Amino acid sequence: MSRTLLEFKNISKVYSGNQVLKDVSFDIREGEIHALLGENGAGKSTLMNILFGMPVIHSTGGFTGELTLAGEKVDILSPFDAMALGIGMVHQEFMLIPGFTITENIKLNREIEKENVLNSITSRLFGKRMKTLDRKQMNKDARKALDKLDMDIEEFTLVQGLPIGYMQFVEIAREIDKEGMKVLVLDEPTAVLTESEAEHLLKAMRTIAQSGIAVVFISHRLNEITAVADRVTILRDGELVVAKEVKDTNALEIAEYMVGRKVSIDRTSDEARQLSDEVVLSVKDLHVAMPNENVKGVSFEVKKGEVFGIGGLAGQGKLGIANGIMGLYESKGEVVLSGKSMQLGKTKAMLNAGVAFVSEDRKGVGLLIEESIEDNIMFTAMSIHDKFLSSARLSDKRAIREHARNMIKDLDIRCTSEKQHTGRLSGGNQQKVCVARALTQEPTILFVSEPTRGIDIGAKKLILDLLLELSQKQGMTIIMTSSELAELCSICDRVAIICEGEMAGILPPDAPPTHFGLMMSGIKDVEGELTA
Amino acid sequence: MMSEVIKEKSGFSDALKRAYATFRRIPFSTRAVGGLYFVVLIIGILWGASPADLFTRSLHFFGVWAIYALSNVPSIQSGTGPNFALPVGIVTGLMAMVLMMAAGLTGWTLLLVSALLALVFGSIFGFLYGKLMNAVKGSEMAIAPYTGFAITALFGLVWVAIPITHPRMIFFLGDGLRHQIPLDYFDANLLFARLLEFELFGVTFRTGELLVVFLACILMWLFFRTKTGIAISAVGRNPMYAKASGINVDRSRVIANTMSTAIASFGVVIYAQGFGFVQLYDFPMFFAFPAVACILVGGASGQRSKVINVLVGTFLFQGLLAIALPVFTRVLAGADVVNPIRMVIQNGVILYALSRMSKGVA
Repeated sequence: MSRTLLEFKNISKVYSGNQVLKDVSFDIREGEIHALLGENGAGKSTLMNILFGMPVIHSTGGFTGELTLAGEKVDILSPFDAMALGIGMVHQEFMLIPGFTITENIKLNREIEKENVLNSITSRLFGKRMKTLDRKQMNKDARKALDKLDMDIEEFTLVQGLPIGYMQFVEIAREIDKEGMKVLVLDEPTAVLTESEAEHLLKAMRTIAQSGIAVVFISHRLNEITAVADRVTILRDGELVVAKEVKDTNALEIAEYMVGRKVSIDRTSDEARQLSDEVVLSVKDLHVAMPNENVKGVSFEVKKGEVFGIGGLAGQGKLGIANGIMGLYESKGEVVLSGKSMQLGKTKAMLNAGVAFVSEDRKGVGLLIEESIEDNIMFTAMSIHDKFLSSARLSDKRAIREHARNMIKDLDIRCTSEKQHTGRLSGGNQQKVCVARALTQEPTILFVSEPTRGIDIGAKKLILDLLLELSQKQGMTIIMTSSELAELCSICDRVAIICEGEMAGILPPDAPPTHFGLMMSGIKDVEGELTA
Repeated sequence: MMSEVIKEKSGFSDALKRAYATFRRIPFSTRAVGGLYFVVLIIGILWGASPADLFTRSLHFFGVWAIYALSNVPSIQSGTGPNFALPVGIVTGLMAMVLMMAAGLTGWTLLLVSALLALVFGSIFGFLYGKLMNAVKGSEMAIAPYTGFAITALFGLVWVAIPITHPRMIFFLGDGLRHQIPLDYFDANLLFARLLEFELFGVTFRTGELLVVFLACILMWLFFRTKTGIAISAVGRNPMYAKASGINVDRSRVIANTMSTAIASFGVVIYAQGFGFVQLYDFPMFFAFPAVACILVGGASGQRSKVINVLVGTFLFQGLLAIALPVFTRVLAGADVVNPIRMVIQNGVILYALSRMSKGVA
């Protein structure tokens, strides 16, 4: 059982000057379930892309280090090489043809051909691809693969209309049907499944592993990993943290390995901070239909003047909260603003009530990239508060320019002039324009999503300092959503962690990292012992 | 003394450089069509045509087409794309004129009342058209021209079936309105054109008509400086940005298309008095593409347009077509290819303008 099958040796990868993998080495054994774990950006996807010879790796200069399969060094230059070597992968997005049957999907491009007189003639005339198919044998193979997974669905059913969980199984069936399958990678296979489906899948993984295939299981759910995996490898910031037997560890330890102790808290004048007891925003059972960021019933309260953080892994729904409250995506639930119940889905009403929003999607939502800085800054304030309009109700160019110049000075926006198009600015300066637009509304509550995504360290610090200053000096209530836990902990008074669309818990910023890690991984704060 | 001379020289070459830089900023299509205009003009002059006559013709075409071209501005700014559904506006304008003629109005009363009515009809149809554009978001460019074709055909039936018995408007035999109803019969021919008309260096200026055009342009320019106008522009640039600022995206698009259609409808009155006929049946179909080409030649793109694009583009493109006819008639005397040549120029320019629409005609 414990023969080494696949070995990663000193793998390093640089994307345009950015080291995403640093000297990673570990091995995967025959017939084991090997869990691969890490936060977003830890390097899991890059590692798997290397294993599959994805073009994105080789078009960016390849990688250093080597891969060995069953003791031999292999060069995997394309996904076809990977497939030929018996490496299969089930992606998060399904790659199935809806109008084909399950068998046809499983056997796509690996169809079994009939050998008969007619076929020998047509294949000579028109080439091998004109042979007719041996559907009986194909169905038999498909049945075998489905049985292995304990699936009692008919193999001639169309994929169209199958429940999502079933599609996942069809994908897996396709991979295990391939001859010579040695390594099967499952990328967050349980993310889309219901609880019973997930259990079923874990059982099927066991069966697959017992047949000698090595299963690489990528997941954020710690309880699944501890339940099913034999060994676990944890990556953090492109480095291997640890690779060990699951039976020698526990969820708490794994969580700590994943988040690490990088959460540095350099809070100033922390103790002097006195928060009022006045609840300025109360959210109850919020549901938001934002693609990839679904929110499924989140409740929380924010006090006046507080800096409230919302964290969690990507795709878990943290971004949906601000977008839903601002009415950019369909949402339901109860939002009470300073004692007034707000109707959801009415962006204008929210803005009128003094709420401003800096979107995580700078170019898509936050900016008019082909318009000038000054036009970007003034727009929302004009449309909501009738600012910058002359007595004749025309736009007051002089007032707009003056205000833009002040903002450029105050926020240190590096630009040629207030007339420069925002599309030409660097990410950090674009972000400052977005913040300037929000501040021009003179809000009492400010939502900022991913304020430091994709911007350099200097600008990062400037923006975080600015947010802190707004809260401390002007008493603005700030709700910041971010993927960077360290950043949340450095300026927030409380940090909420969202997992799978639900509130995993709210922690003080100086809570131990393990607690954040556990919450991000779907272990809910059931006993309440974490927040204690 | 010497240094001063040198300074002057360098000042001159600087000015030249600046002029060249300014010239480079003019969109390529504007320069190209402008160049073509002057080539045709010079050929005409060499073949003995009077430049004053050619300018007069250019201005005449400019005057009747500018409002149609202007109708593209709101729809482009709102992100719906150029007003390919111009015929929707034109049929409503024609309906207004036909009804007022049948009601017995003549002269200034006829033109002014039908202009007002055209704005009302145009607004109603434009509102519905705007709703349609919201329902087909993403494929506006395919739906819009066909909406124009469809409504032209539909109104073809209306012109036949409408129970008007005014002898000057119906066919001599059988039922239905004529293809062309001369405005002479209603004392409404060239009324705007002749208002305050004057001649300068042999060029006739149709002052009244041009004043209407410029007034419409100024109003449009002012509109895009109002809160609503700026909101419409933002919707066209980035709907999500506008939405996040509390703008009702769909409503803004409906307002813009209502305006576009109403302006086109109003343009019918100016066009009809300028040419002297109310033209029915398939006539509205032939206006959308040339009107769109006008504004594109003037430097607009499918996503962004200004009033100045309308003025420059209409003068150059319609002016080119206006002088091509008399010039090539002189050059190719006797050969019956003048109209085909004019069609080649017209459709060639339209094709070029449309091909560059997505990037902006530059």
